[in-house]
Amino acid sequence: MSARPIATTRSTAGMPTGRLAVWWVIASEIVIFGGLLGSYIMHRLNHDAWSNHAANTNVYIGTFNTLVLLTSSLSAVLAHKAADAQDGPKAARFLFLTMLGGATFVVVKAFEWRMEIHHGFTITANTFWSFYYTAAGLHALHVIAGVIIMGIVAQQAKKNLELHRVELIGVYWHFVDVVWIFLFPLLYIAK
Amino acid sequence: MSDEHHGESHQGEHDEHGGTHHGNYVKVWAILVVLLTISVLGPTLEIKIVTLLTAFGIAIVKAYLVAKNFMHVNVQPRFILYLMATCLVFMLLFFAGTAPDVMEKHGDNWSKLPIDPSIEYDPHDAHH
Amino acid sequence: MAQTVPSEAHGHDAHHHVETFWSKYVFSTDHKMIAKQYMFTGLAMGAIGAFFAYVFRMQLAFPGMSVPGYGMVGPNEYNMLVTNHGTIMIFWVAMPVLIAAFGNFLIPLMLGCDDMVFPRINRLSYQIFLLSAIVLICGFFVEGGGFGGAWTSYPPLSANAKYNLTPLGQSFWLVAVALEFVAFLLGGINFITTTMNSRAPGMKMTDIPMVIWMIVIASILFMVSVGPLIAGAVMLFMDQQVGTHFYDPTTGGDPILWQHLFWFFGHPEVYVVLLPAMGITADVMATFARKKLFAYRTVLYTAIGTGVLSFTVWAHHQFIAGIDPRMAHVFTITTLLISIPIAEMCFVYIATLWGGSITLTTPMLWALAFVAEFLIGGVTGIFLGASGADIYFHDTYFVLAHFHYTFFPIAIIGTYAGITYWFPKMFGRMMNDTLGKIHFWGTIIPFNLIFIPLFILGAAGQHRRIYDYSLFPELATPELQAVRVFATVSLLVMLAFQAVFIFNFVTSLRRGKKAGENPWKANTLEWSAASPPPHGNWPEGLPSVYRGPYEYAHPDREEDYWPQHLPN
Repeated sequence: MSARPIATTRSTAGMPTGRLAVWWVIASEIVIFGGLLGSYIMHRLNHDAWSNHAANTNVYIGTFNTLVLLTSSLSAVLAHKAADAQDGPKAARFLFLTMLGGATFVVVKAFEWRMEIHHGFTITANTFWSFYYTAAGLHALHVIAGVIIMGIVAQQAKKNLELHRVELIGVYWHFVDVVWIFLFPLLYIAK
Repeated sequence: MSDEHHGESHQGEHDEHGGTHHGNYVKVWAILVVLLTISVLGPTLEIKIVTLLTAFGIAIVKAYLVAKNFMHVNVQPRFILYLMATCLVFMLLFFAGTAPDVMEKHGDNWSKLPIDPSIEYDPHDAHH
Repeated sequence: MAQTVPSEAHGHDAHHHVETFWSKYVFSTDHKMIAKQYMFTGLAMGAIGAFFAYVFRMQLAFPGMSVPGYGMVGPNEYNMLVTNHGTIMIFWVAMPVLIAAFGNFLIPLMLGCDDMVFPRINRLSYQIFLLSAIVLICGFFVEGGGFGGAWTSYPPLSANAKYNLTPLGQSFWLVAVALEFVAFLLGGINFITTTMNSRAPGMKMTDIPMVIWMIVIASILFMVSVGPLIAGAVMLFMDQQVGTHFYDPTTGGDPILWQHLFWFFGHPEVYVVLLPAMGITADVMATFARKKLFAYRTVLYTAIGTGVLSFTVWAHHQFIAGIDPRMAHVFTITTLLISIPIAEMCFVYIATLWGGSITLTTPMLWALAFVAEFLIGGVTGIFLGASGADIYFHDTYFVLAHFHYTFFPIAIIGTYAGITYWFPKMFGRMMNDTLGKIHFWGTIIPFNLIFIPLFILGAAGQHRRIYDYSLFPELATPELQAVRVFATVSLLVMLAFQAVFIFNFVTSLRRGKKAGENPWKANTLEWSAASPPPHGNWPEGLPSVYRGPYEYAHPDREEDYWPQHLPN
């Protein structure tokens, strides 16, 4: 786990290698979600009728989930602060809280989707719903992936190992939060 | 981007990350929650411009707050900000080049009318 | 690569690396081994792509006759062959060899590092890449056969098995391409981060060899352009398997959306593969002209500018697809503009050669051929970039000949230039130069004899993706058919000569002359390591850099080269 090349320890760009890499990951994710949401916006602006379909999304659940993610971002950055103070176990506790937030988000979404499918709003019902499930689904996959990686980082942090990774998974997590900050109005509010 | 060899550094303690820049995160969170509330209440007034401002304007503000205060974009080396901005600009470029086609409802000799009117049918489309 | 010896210069924990077959060849995290894995996988896929070309060209030359080694080619098989020829050559040959193989091998060596910054992610990216190749090939054998909707995969054909007749093949293809994208995203992040962060002490940004710059810029271009297409591919997969209608015009979807999503990536993609080939050419030329690369900074800014401009030209692939004609005006202008920086790069090559002391080794021949052949490709692109002319030329063999005059120099000539140049470093032995020259001429001459006829066919109106032109009276004339046969025979000759390369490669591995550290007397850092470099590259300590990469024929120096790592 710690047999890393000398190359990894250099920082001619003025920042640690891991952090530099995570920002490049964020850059690549911006264009993925950007392409998907851009396509959605083009269609949405073109079809006034979609606001009728969008009216059937549940803004209360959406708001709750937004609150959950915002709060999980808070615990993620508090984990970062703890890691900077070299307090691995504390950072791990905050990371576990963040993971709990992510898990809550996904579980709530599962119930939300179950309810919507029950009402006939399936992914094939019309193109609005296709975008809804695809965009929110792609986002949810990123939440799940984040939770898994965060679990690994938290386990290491608990033993005061690889504390720099707490910040890195946090940056990823905040990005996932930012995507949802835009998804929420696009899918739930604009009616 | 310096020429010098920064030496072994996992934690980045040599750079601006001295650990003292951690601000009041709970305060930022509270602001975000307030903004969220406004963005949900605004559209209930059903005035289009208010909806746009509160739903999307606030989204931009919230994203800015998360990027600045949680992701610390403002203390990273400058090129990180430029990189993020460049990606966003390219997404605008993509939208600008694609939307004229995808959003065009009719041309000189054609109109984009779904064959099955019960799906996606907007009564205003047919009359152009 | 010998057993490693623990060393403080290593940065690894001081433990003895016990290497088994599996840890050394299969599950290695060493960038040099991963590079070779990419290279051999890419070359093997190239053989498959070339075989497909053989089969469909035989069908075109002798329609309706059974192709030796394959059998009868019906219309569906033909579509599958041309689709996968293109897909394989771009995604499973050009990219892995030019970017992943050379990038992996050269970046740590040319920057004075012991490995990439994330060796295990490096290994993972190869594993995902290998998986993508396996998925693609499996798709050929599923019920219904492999996908045949062209490498551009336009819906509605690609979105619905009732049109494309390959219910499983359509998704195997799509998933394979998506996995390849993920592999290259991961690999690209490794390359970019290593280059930005891990340069040797003393190495300024303008001391970085041009090939590394080009590979890194290409990786950035890829990363930024592929995002929308990944989104589009997810939507296409949904249409194929879940029954959504993202691209179905009958329910409010839009097939042109896919075209835009695809080409927003597809056009930068060609520069993603072009830039590394140009970088290889630059380095080879500097070494064998014994002369500094002309206008290094200009080349660098031009490459970056080309990369940015490449994002503004994409809809020239869609001129007659029904896009807004006003957008066609815009894209014509941007497309014609982008020819300027590329032309300027060609001038830089000529200026580099001018007054140089040129040795026509095999790599140098390939580098020269790159410029000459790519020029033809670039010039014919002007015809296509003008939307008016494109109304006639689009979807004809003129387009096909144009892009083979660009892709072949990129993927094939660039590859051979790189392999013949760096083979001594990779394997510790020299390739046979005479066999190399025979292979060179036996490839280049037939290449032109294949594709110049295709320009003629295109100008005569022969449209693409048709399996049998005897169905079209105006195209089934004896003269045009003779041209088709001529092109096919030239292909057979060219393919036969590749055996010379394979023979040369395999025998040189065992019996080539031992290479020594720096057989070409070049300046860049990789030539200061052993041939081949051991694990960790410089066990005695990583080098520092004191000057630029192209200090050839420097007046202050007796020798005509001045390696970067020498203090004086």
